Amino acid sequence: MPVSQDIKGIIRHVAEIIIDELKLEDVTADTFNSDMDLVDELGIDSMDLATIALVLQDEYDITIDEDDYPKLKTIRLISEYIEEKLATKN
Amino acid sequence: MKTVSSLLDKDWHERYRRISNLNIRSSIYDVTNRCNLRCKGCFFFSSGEHQAAVEEMDIKKWEDFIDREKERGVNLAILIGGEPTLCMERVEAFYKRLPTYCATNGLIKVPRDRFPDMMVGISLWGNSEDEKVLRGRDTFAVSSKNYEGDKYTYYLYTITPRQVGKIEPVIKRIADVGLKVHLQLLSNDEGVDGFSWREEELRDLRFEMDEMLDKYPRTVISCKYYHEVITTGKMMGRSFGWSECPSVTEALDNRQNRPRRLIHFARWASDLKTVHRCCTSATRDCSTCKDGAAHMSWVMVNKREHLKSTKDLQNWIEVYEMFAKLYHFIPW
Ligand code: SF4
Ligand code: SF4
Repeated sequence: MPVSQDIKGIIRHVAEIIIDELKLEDVTADTFNSDMDLVDELGIDSMDLATIALVLQDEYDITIDEDDYPKLKTIRLISEYIEEKLATKN
Repeated sequence: MKTVSSLLDKDWHERYRRISNLNIRSSIYDVTNRCNLRCKGCFFFSSGEHQAAVEEMDIKKWEDFIDREKERGVNLAILIGGEPTLCMERVEAFYKRLPTYCATNGLIKVPRDRFPDMMVGISLWGNSEDEKVLRGRDTFAVSSKNYEGDKYTYYLYTITPRQVGKIEPVIKRIADVGLKVHLQLLSNDEGVDGFSWREEELRDLRFEMDEMLDKYPRTVISCKYYHEVITTGKMMGRSFGWSECPSVTEALDNRQNRPRRLIHFARWASDLKTVHRCCTSATRDCSTCKDGAAHMSWVMVNKREHLKSTKDLQNWIEVYEMFAKLYHFIPW
């Protein structure tokens, strides 16, 4: 597993993936507010989430259920979700 | 980084929030291959879609199918045909399971004791004369009696090139019976005389549609950005067409450019097995397609594109609100 599995590392990596996938400008993984509401503030929709989820699934070798998308509202919530999935996997 | 709150004031942000979590997942269903009219240029019949599949007659199979659709995540069933009201049992099977919208020519009344709050969209092709020429009778005379003052019904007025400059009396007629109207454009049909748009007609129509919205804001469910997009076929510098269309059945979508699209969207034929390419007919030329729902959805799935400026995002919100009102996810 090439990516860090502690919560800080996951948060950073999720931020990198979102910046990359959504081609966000003027923000870096360090400056990205991990509590910002991705739907209400960043305007992402379920298609964006599906794309991000696909990358995360590959990177962390987990499955992200489509029914869980509404829960994944911030980078922190996504990261905690991944952390939980990894814990049940190991 | 542009964020929603950096672009919107409190009121607009509230409007944004009201719709941003709706997550509408629609699909379209041909309820039947039959109709009690034969309108000139009706895509369903002229393209032979009414013969593409043998109608499923067993209501239990419809019910099981709808349950599967619900499991697939569909939360808005759009019923078309043919004429859905010829098969009320099937319409009811949808209505009992899912938020349902029924497109109809309005000749048969949907009984409100059975369908108290089902959204009904009545097709209208112009004034009495146009209706007689194009559909063989003045359907408004019947449908307006059937639905006068109905809170869950609106007219879906398809404007043809010959009606440019003449739409106000039609809107007024609708306002007078206490109903609402949404405007859409006919897509070119080379098979029917006068059914192809010219640039200048589209330009004039855009301003006429804007004027109607300003003059009849309580009757016309629309917004100016939608008028712009549908009459120009342009959005944020991009042109509508096959490579951009969001309303393509997912299972048949083999486009390499992977445009933003309606997730899990499908248009099902009445055998409940066959799927059609899109919300209109596969014989349509995508480069001249004017399908209203496809254009609305095109704007809606491209939300982040509209995060460029306050005006762009407000435009996006107005289109989304219009769609949500038409299908009753938010009140008129
Ligand atoms: S009422 Fe609708 S389905 Fe029937 S012929 Fe006219 S356009 Fe086609
Ligand atoms: S005809 Fe219109 S709705 Fe159908 S695929 Fe082409 S552009 Fe989309």
